[in-house]
Amino acid sequence: MINIDLLVVGAGPAGLSAAIKAGNAGASVLVLERSHQLGGQLVKQTHMFFGSEKQYATHRGFEISDILLAELDKMENVTIQPHATVLAAYDDGIWTAEIEGQYQKIKPSAVVVATGASEKSLLFPGNDLPGIYGAGAVQTLMNQYGVKPANRVVMLGAGNIGLIVSYQLMQAGVEVIAVVEGSPTIGGYLVHASKLRRMGVPIFTSHTIKNAKGANTNGLESVTLWKLDENWQGISGSEFTYHVDALCIAVGLSPLSELLWQIGCKMTFSAPMGGYIPYRDKYMRTSQKGIYIAGDVGGVEEASSAMVSGQLAGISAAEYLGFEMPNMAAMKQDCLNQLASLRQGPKGAHIRAGIRQAEVSFE
Amino acid sequence: MRISEHPILDLKRSSPVKFTFDGTEISAFDNETIAVALHAAGIRTLSHSVNKHRPRGLYCAIGNCSSCVMIVDGEANVKTCITLVQDGMVVESQKGKGNLQ
Repeated sequence: MINIDLLVVGAGPAGLSAAIKAGNAGASVLVLERSHQLGGQLVKQTHMFFGSEKQYATHRGFEISDILLAELDKMENVTIQPHATVLAAYDDGIWTAEIEGQYQKIKPSAVVVATGASEKSLLFPGNDLPGIYGAGAVQTLMNQYGVKPANRVVMLGAGNIGLIVSYQLMQAGVEVIAVVEGSPTIGGYLVHASKLRRMGVPIFTSHTIKNAKGANTNGLESVTLWKLDENWQGISGSEFTYHVDALCIAVGLSPLSELLWQIGCKMTFSAPMGGYIPYRDKYMRTSQKGIYIAGDVGGVEEASSAMVSGQLAGISAAEYLGFEMPNMAAMKQDCLNQLASLRQGPKGAHIRAGIRQAEVSFE
Repeated sequence: MRISEHPILDLKRSSPVKFTFDGTEISAFDNETIAVALHAAGIRTLSHSVNKHRPRGLYCAIGNCSSCVMIVDGEANVKTCITLVQDGMVVESQKGKGNLQ
């Protein structure tokens, strides 16, 4: 049995940030990560981050991961364990995990769940052909491992992920044939969209995929797109086909909330936040005492807000555990101010709505 | 295909290793996952659907969607997108749900 003050599930931007704050406060912290790679999705982000200096703006994502890990490396009371999949949480507060192939029991006094989110798929004939990837998967192939995912690609979704990954595909030598967006407007920042347009990539709004075709051996060979009417129905006769060897799907992410369900956290469905998200107080505590959330598992946002919500969860968990820092209240308020700033403006409206729906106070 | 030049990334390849996929020898680097090494070798059908046996490839690449499970050194249902290759590893296509032994 591993006895520990704080268990952090997930070593992405949220989990690492939570571990840093709780570790600074003096808690013994164990971070479990199912991949061999630490840093979560930061490691494949080659673009520079927006936001302020506090969220490492102007640094590229993979550099931020290195910064966080270097800070944790100095902390003797924090252990980060890759190859470790958390399996279950039991009623008596014991958690189990497969750590490097061994079944282990863990008894934490508090937990930060920072499991992140997974990419959604889309329903259309042929959507399971090899060569159809979540946009994050092609980032993994080309940015993390230096493997060119395909020669010609269509991107489905003009949110920030769709736009940024399209540009990154071009940097990897892939021809981006078109970006296709179901809604009548481009969802991502115009600065990213303009960059693509300058490179000659068409962005079709009010369009979607009708079907994908391919051979059993080679996977995807062509995609047929069509225009949508105002009720999001495909318009017959508007079809056009591209011969491509890859299609990227960037239609949003869904929180990985399985553990929260298992613990019995009260959940609510929020379409703008990507699916079921836990009720939480403003300091990231869930309906279960001692269980905190950080990052996308609480509702899908950007990596910058994941880091800040992770810091907030780490401070809150440390406070719950009885650890004191002289400026804890001010640190929490600073996190809240940063989150408010990251969520401001018209592009943050859906996030603010999701938070309003899920934010409650307990006891 | 491996990218040799990139405007931002300094792509570091580590030690070369060899493994087999359905009996064919594949060259890879030991800091790559099995799914990545197969992609680099031009193989992108990783699993087959249980009922209709439709080919499936990499979808999430973060160990979540299970579209990449294969038999690795005799063990079924290994998520090849988060499992690193090792020298001498035996990787096989999986048909069906896989057996424990």
